[in-house]
Amino acid sequence: MIPASFEYHRPTDMAGVLSILVEHGDDARVMAGGHSLIPMMKLRMADVPHLIDLQDVGGLAGITVGDTITIGAMVTQSDIILHDALADAAPILREASLQIADPQVRYMGTVGGNVANGDPGNDMPGLMQCLDATFTVVGPNGERKIPAREFYEAAYMTGREDDEVMTAVSFAKPVGGHAYEKQKRKIGDYATAAAAVQIVKDGGTCASASIAMTNLSDTPVYSAAAGDALVGTSVDGDAIKAAVSAMLNDIDPVEDNRGPVAFKRHVAGVILARAIERAWSRA
Amino acid sequence: MKDEAVTREDRVASLKGMGCSRKRVEDARFTQGKGNYVDDIKLDGMLFGDFVRSPYAHAKITNIDTSAAMEVPGVLAVLTAADLAPLGLHWMPTLAGDKQMVLADGKVLFQGQEVAFVVAEDRYAAADGIEAVEVEYEELPVIVDPFEALQSDVILRPDTVGEDGSPSDGAHGPRKHHNHIFTWECGDKDPTEQVIANAEVVAEESMYYHRTHPCPLETCGCVASMDKVNGKLTLWGTFQAPHAIRTVVSLISGIEEHNIRVISPDIGGGFGNKVGAYPGYVCSVVASIVTGKPVKWIEDRMDNLMTTAFARDYWMKGRISATKDGKITGLHCHVTADHGGFDACADPTKFPAGFMNICTGSYDIPTAFLEVDGVYTNKAPGGVSYRCSFRVTEAVYFIERMIEVLAIELDMDASELRKINFIKKEQFPYKAALGWEYDSGDYHTAWDKAMNAVDYDGLRAEQKQRIEDFKAGKTRKLLGIGLTHFTEIVGAGPVKNCDILGLGMFDSCEIRIHPTGSAIARLGTISQGQGHATTFAQILASEIGLPADSITIEEGDTDTAPYGLGTYGSRSTPVAGAATAMAGRKIRAKAQMIAAYLLEVHDDDVEFDVDRFVVKGAPEKFKTMKEIAFAAYNQAIPGIEPGLEAVSYYDPPNMTYPFGAYVCVMEIDVDTGVTDIRQFYALDDCGTRINPMIIEGQIHGGLTEALAVALGQEIAYDDMGNVKTGTLMDFFLPTAWEVPNYETDHTVTPSPHHPIGAKGVGESPHVGGVPCFSNAVHDAFRAFGLRQTNMPHDHWRIWRTANELGLHD
Repeated sequence: MIPASFEYHRPTDMAGVLSILVEHGDDARVMAGGHSLIPMMKLRMADVPHLIDLQDVGGLAGITVGDTITIGAMVTQSDIILHDALADAAPILREASLQIADPQVRYMGTVGGNVANGDPGNDMPGLMQCLDATFTVVGPNGERKIPAREFYEAAYMTGREDDEVMTAVSFAKPVGGHAYEKQKRKIGDYATAAAAVQIVKDGGTCASASIAMTNLSDTPVYSAAAGDALVGTSVDGDAIKAAVSAMLNDIDPVEDNRGPVAFKRHVAGVILARAIERAWSRA
Repeated sequence: MKDEAVTREDRVASLKGMGCSRKRVEDARFTQGKGNYVDDIKLDGMLFGDFVRSPYAHAKITNIDTSAAMEVPGVLAVLTAADLAPLGLHWMPTLAGDKQMVLADGKVLFQGQEVAFVVAEDRYAAADGIEAVEVEYEELPVIVDPFEALQSDVILRPDTVGEDGSPSDGAHGPRKHHNHIFTWECGDKDPTEQVIANAEVVAEESMYYHRTHPCPLETCGCVASMDKVNGKLTLWGTFQAPHAIRTVVSLISGIEEHNIRVISPDIGGGFGNKVGAYPGYVCSVVASIVTGKPVKWIEDRMDNLMTTAFARDYWMKGRISATKDGKITGLHCHVTADHGGFDACADPTKFPAGFMNICTGSYDIPTAFLEVDGVYTNKAPGGVSYRCSFRVTEAVYFIERMIEVLAIELDMDASELRKINFIKKEQFPYKAALGWEYDSGDYHTAWDKAMNAVDYDGLRAEQKQRIEDFKAGKTRKLLGIGLTHFTEIVGAGPVKNCDILGLGMFDSCEIRIHPTGSAIARLGTISQGQGHATTFAQILASEIGLPADSITIEEGDTDTAPYGLGTYGSRSTPVAGAATAMAGRKIRAKAQMIAAYLLEVHDDDVEFDVDRFVVKGAPEKFKTMKEIAFAAYNQAIPGIEPGLEAVSYYDPPNMTYPFGAYVCVMEIDVDTGVTDIRQFYALDDCGTRINPMIIEGQIHGGLTEALAVALGQEIAYDDMGNVKTGTLMDFFLPTAWEVPNYETDHTVTPSPHHPIGAKGVGESPHVGGVPCFSNAVHDAFRAFGLRQTNMPHDHWRIWRTANELGLHD
């Protein structure tokens, strides 16, 4: 469990980061909290001759809450949990963050690392798709914005170029009821199945619904059809069944130590139904 | 304060002797990060060794090229089997009478097997060196199923085939097949078959007790330092049996035993993982001899999980017979035991399946037969007793499941069935059908106490209602009530039938009283977290009347401690604890003579009273143990040589038989397979209780490891022999989050043959806990037709059970 030797870089501004990335190309990787990258390096599954630590780069750890919410890439899950204004404005973030890993990991793990790595087990990508967030990346050619729902291509493959760095996620302040429901084997585990749900209620009917699932495919799964199945209904049993059924068409889980495909599909359905019920009760 | 104001109770309390919840003296250093573990040892010029390990479960090695590795900066040597062969060290004996490759000798038999040992200036260079060693493998057919192994033409171990091509004899008799290791039989075969054939009711069931791992927080490791000037080898390591390791190292290496010093420093948990001898120890010693420098080897977590000391992996098939009203008449058990590539079980030599023959449990079963077949497969070697006496968890799981299955067959309440069959108090000492003589017990009292404590009848009523509600669609949760009554067999053991490789399983204590009335006692055992420095001092305090706080306990250094067989199988208190009491009594006997001299009376006219000897009938005339200690060294006493020391080597007359009654109340979500432990009640009877707080800690720890094993912890392999659970991401190690609240309780039935009546407790909660958690899962589904589903009961397997029973339809 010892990584191959590597050069450790600790630039103090983004220009410094980008110049190292440009110089070393594929041989360089940026590191935020390190909780995805370092284990891969220790297992020698990731070979990173040049490791760029972002922690001395300023301006990446802020949280601003307004009609638009912006979270810097270096904000930790712990920061999110402790930020009361954020929890008031977008309570699903705290609810989800409390289900990520364990307190020690949450002190280190960052939003940027969680969404940028493209690990299908991470919770933030699905959550950001549910919130229809936008990711900001910066590279040698300047800044660009990528919608979360278009960011993930395959496991560990994303819309970010190798010489680009994730700097922030932003999204419109969510409205309506929320729920983040996750089944896992133990504290610290990735999800067997997880569902992020935001629902807007208008009178007794559902005005809009956004649903995304985690660890049930090689990318997070935003299921527009599942959300659509709820719109215009009173979110009764039949509507939930329809939403679950639509979601099941969009996921593609694989067998692993958590269980076979049939089990995962079943649990995905149960978890989503529970998430919808809880979100609706809060809407 | 005047002496008269001090009451006898005050004097007892000030000793902090047996029965008191004395705070652990070890914890000051452990809680401040001041422990001294093997990886804390740093010596001048120390090198670091690490293994090239096989990625394949079964392969021929056609070539090993170490040249590139030798070019890696900091790498000093790369050892292979070819280097060890001239020393005869490329194989080593196992504790089970088999032999094991130290480094791959032409082939590998399991994934992770040690292929080459890279010695470097630090562990980073060693890791880079490992990457640079080029090994050419030729894959061979992989066998991970013991039943397939017994049918297969594939020969896993060439040394199991004789010159005529037929299977050669193994360490425990003839082989049935070249992949077969031993058959071990116990009990009466034909009478058992007869009883079962003629029985009114027979329940039959097969169950698999899956492979798992003890996974102590600290992995295995050592530092070997050969001093070429004085010819002395010092070996620090995570050894649960340092003295046995010294003897084994001497026998393997040819170094005379007085020139070997083995030291077990602080050990971060053992649970059986650190009993065996591993290739890392041998390679570190050889590397130190070759380089003339100290060499350290420390496993990482994956090494630990994948290679050293798995536990269980027993395929058990049982038949139990009874009368219509539930009186058990016979028990038959067959085990197919998967031992992996080498038979490296850590059992007393005459017991190749350990004490599996305690599988008649707490019940008066007149006729029984047990047969165990050990088998080689392409899995890691081990077969250690993970927080249990030798194979006792397997035995207790087997009988406690068979009781439940019989209850189903009889359509009887499982508690009622147990009560009908418990060995009665007046039957002790009880000679069991498979040979053991249970020393003592009072099972009915313990059981009734447990049933009352949890309101068993109330729970059953609630469960009945729950089933109705479930069937009516009002709930998706089932309620399971898990019961277990276990009887352990610990304290190995009497030298007449318990030895490991010929080393008798006695243990020892040596005491020196200092002139000012404090003391040091050394034992042949070694604490790995059990709190020996606390509890053994308490035994001595009560025996010799000096405060526990004035007694140092030291273990683990073979140059200073008396010889003993170490700590595992809950043997420290039953064996070394007895030696401690006996040595203390020798001290007291001499102290009595000194006291009598000082008080100018006959020896018989003084008697021991807490912390002093008093003149019989005149309690105002006394000499404290402190005064006696000073006199022992500093006063010329006719006929008595100076000093106050004693040593005792204790060969126990019998094993001890702790028991307990456990109840687990579990909620099960049939849609997700998620379990929630609502209540866990554990009543333990470990005989005399030395330190109730430490006992409570042991119960909590053992139950937590039981929860782990029952609900998710496993070493799983795919068909290619790849380990699927080699990291803590997939290997379930519970945290505070997963652990329920435990209610502990006790009865006290002292062991009649142990000097202080103690029986050992460290492993009881694990032995009893595993079947209790498992029985709760089974019980929840009993009403829907479930008889047996194998552990671990993780989410998906519970979901599968519900699914197969049609509960998702």
